[in-house]
Amino acid sequence: MRGDPVGLRGELHFDAVVIGAGTAGLTAGVRLAESGARVCVVAKGVGSTHLAPGTIDVLGYTPDRVEEPERALGELVGERPDHPYALIGAEAVGAALQWFSDEVSEGPQPGYRYVGSLERNHLLPTAVGSVRPSALVPETMCEGEVRSGEPICVVGTPALRDFHPALCAANLDRAGIAARAVALDIELERADANALGLARRFDDADWRGAFAASLAPLLRADERVALPAVLGVRDPHGAWADLQRRLGRPVFEIPTLPPSVPGMRAFEVLRAALRRAGGRLVLGSEVIGAERSGGRIEAVRAHAAGHDVRYHARWFVLATGGFASGAIELGSDWVARETVLGLPLRGVPGPDEARFVGEYLAEQPIARAGVAVSGGLRAEGAENVLVAGAALPGAVPWQEGSGEGIALASGYRAAQLALEAQAPTQAEAPA
Amino acid sequence: MTPIEELLRGSLDHCVKCTICETQCPVSNVTPLFPGPKYAGPQSERYRVAGDPSVDSSVDYCSGCGICTQVCPQGVKIAEINAQARNKLKRQKGVPLRDRIITRPTVLGRLGTPAATIANWSIDKKPLRIVGEKLLKIHRDAPAPDFAGRRFSRWARKHASPPTGRKVVYFHGCGTEYYEPEEGEKVVAILEHNGFEVTVPKQDCCGLPLQSSGLFDDARKVVLRLARNLAPHVRDDADTIIVGNATSCTLMLKREAREILDLEDDPDLKLVSERTYDICELLLELHDRGELKTDFQPVQDTIAYHAPCQQQGHWIGKPALELLALVPGLQVTEMNARCCGIAGTYGLKAEKYDIAMAVGADLFAQVRESGAATVACDSETCRWQIAKATERPAVHPIDLLHRAYGL
Repeated sequence: MRGDPVGLRGELHFDAVVIGAGTAGLTAGVRLAESGARVCVVAKGVGSTHLAPGTIDVLGYTPDRVEEPERALGELVGERPDHPYALIGAEAVGAALQWFSDEVSEGPQPGYRYVGSLERNHLLPTAVGSVRPSALVPETMCEGEVRSGEPICVVGTPALRDFHPALCAANLDRAGIAARAVALDIELERADANALGLARRFDDADWRGAFAASLAPLLRADERVALPAVLGVRDPHGAWADLQRRLGRPVFEIPTLPPSVPGMRAFEVLRAALRRAGGRLVLGSEVIGAERSGGRIEAVRAHAAGHDVRYHARWFVLATGGFASGAIELGSDWVARETVLGLPLRGVPGPDEARFVGEYLAEQPIARAGVAVSGGLRAEGAENVLVAGAALPGAVPWQEGSGEGIALASGYRAAQLALEAQAPTQAEAPA
Repeated sequence: MTPIEELLRGSLDHCVKCTICETQCPVSNVTPLFPGPKYAGPQSERYRVAGDPSVDSSVDYCSGCGICTQVCPQGVKIAEINAQARNKLKRQKGVPLRDRIITRPTVLGRLGTPAATIANWSIDKKPLRIVGEKLLKIHRDAPAPDFAGRRFSRWARKHASPPTGRKVVYFHGCGTEYYEPEEGEKVVAILEHNGFEVTVPKQDCCGLPLQSSGLFDDARKVVLRLARNLAPHVRDDADTIIVGNATSCTLMLKREAREILDLEDDPDLKLVSERTYDICELLLELHDRGELKTDFQPVQDTIAYHAPCQQQGHWIGKPALELLALVPGLQVTEMNARCCGIAGTYGLKAEKYDIAMAVGADLFAQVRESGAATVACDSETCRWQIAKATERPAVHPIDLLHRAYGL
């Protein structure tokens, strides 16, 4: 009803609408906006960034541990043409990583940067003392490289009940990585602090100084210091560099249970980039339906206070996540559905096949289910919908160590596909 | 259990304990007195039994800003669950006289307006504020706006909006009525400049202050009275909408009254809820249709824009930012802080003032660091809080648009 003198009813028009504000959605949104498209990112809430460790794990296991992700990626793409990385293309993965590193360096946290590439995975301690192969990580985690051989002093505090230095150190030690634990009492005025509460303290130079002074006497000469990932929200580079200076040794962060402070920093990087590029971010608004015209989606309908809003666009990026976020559901009738746009799925075991197997951490048959795509990341049955992130079929991220890599690279690639299709030479081709 | 309680309790089963709400809660991040939206909401709710006494008074420290509900990726109605729990607590423990007074802007406005000179004089007097703190537990340093000494509705009654056939109903709220009538005149001027014929019906408080202080029965009466006043103006014309500049009050009409006060089924409120627009939302949608007049003159000013929590609760993004970007010359910096702390009447209360100031500290620091001369913000109580704390003028975004239009 555009152009009517009356009849305002929550109709908005964009070049592209992205559904979901995790790493995949924000990346797609930023890339599109940076290329001059009018973009709106609509999301039910804050996404995966706040829960994920903030590292970009591209490929960690295939199933053996991956040392060189670039080479392993090439092999994987050849062997599994249905894997998200095969749809994205290895080239776009590398470009996405470089782009993200640049965004962090230009982002709101001064001096903060990510380190790494597809050439070699970092091998970093986790909170339970296992190791995580990761391609691109915050500088604040680099010094945790377990292959360096320097002994590690894992420092925690009873105030942060989700991080147990003794557990972490004991398991590292068992794996041949010299480590011991120190628990430091910190007064936080509350029974139960989370990582964010602690990170806010580390943004404060005076508080940091006092912390370093109380820790320094407990350290041995040759040790590097591991801390839960709480070294500042606003100024992590400043907090990290300052602690290293005060303690006179390498310091590094180990990702914690949610909330993830490094993940929140990454969210802020992408949020600020979206704003800088003129994109709109609408949080709290659940997309509840689509209006179709043949094989295209014309608009999506989203909840807003009072009245729904219809977002019209030429392109939609579906970056709503998989089973964990509720974007894909398995009903009590054992029927799997994509809940946002009702798109067809792929990889769902048939009626007579097992959906789950007994061993919890084994590859579950339903794990590779996702929104059916063809011709790159295009959703089947909706030619102007591109799928990104955990909604894609074909991967088992928690076994592969590939979740953030797929999210970042598919968001990046989805934007690229929309822009390529929008290029003048192709725009004249019949739809 | 009422239907609304059942609905809210149903939503808590979607909580996956991801802690995203805890990362965003302005209050629990500065004080241990409120354990956080997840603890006070979906977790504690399992221990609240209908008919049994309320067992946890910490929920009184929730400011009701609603950010937890907005950011929840699973759609849990966290703030709404906590509002119900607060109401139950208030019924059980009794309501302080203070809360009965400060939650009635209409009464305050009617008393204060004719005696504005004396009222404003006394508001500025420290000894009287100390007495007020002792007697009523209203903090002596809390922001208190001056009465304008005149009412917006008087001006509106004399004002004739040029008939264009494109009607809009203006809901101005109590802040405009008693404290900032010039703000209302600017809203009318902007709407008329864009071809709207503005109707200003008889109206009153939306009941939000009562609701946020847990006085649900009184809040219901007040909001329904308003809905009865507004509904007839839009009922027979599907194209007419209601627009307001008080963003927390328009949110009350759109969503909070229906969801929190269990008024989903009231036909007048439902109609009003569906037709209500925030002023910046309306103007940006006009722009999307290519119908917003953009004959803006350059405005040389530096602005720190803060989107209030209640504006975020509209779930429409930050339209003011995009509107201000249309004005040549205007240098706008978006604040990236959660809340100014005032949350309507929360920060006025003596026992909560320090918490409110701690909540706002981040925003106040960002405003100062931005170097901006002026703060823009869509909610009046937030503006009063920010202006007092940062010693800068704080204006509604439409104030800047009004300047740019040269009206």
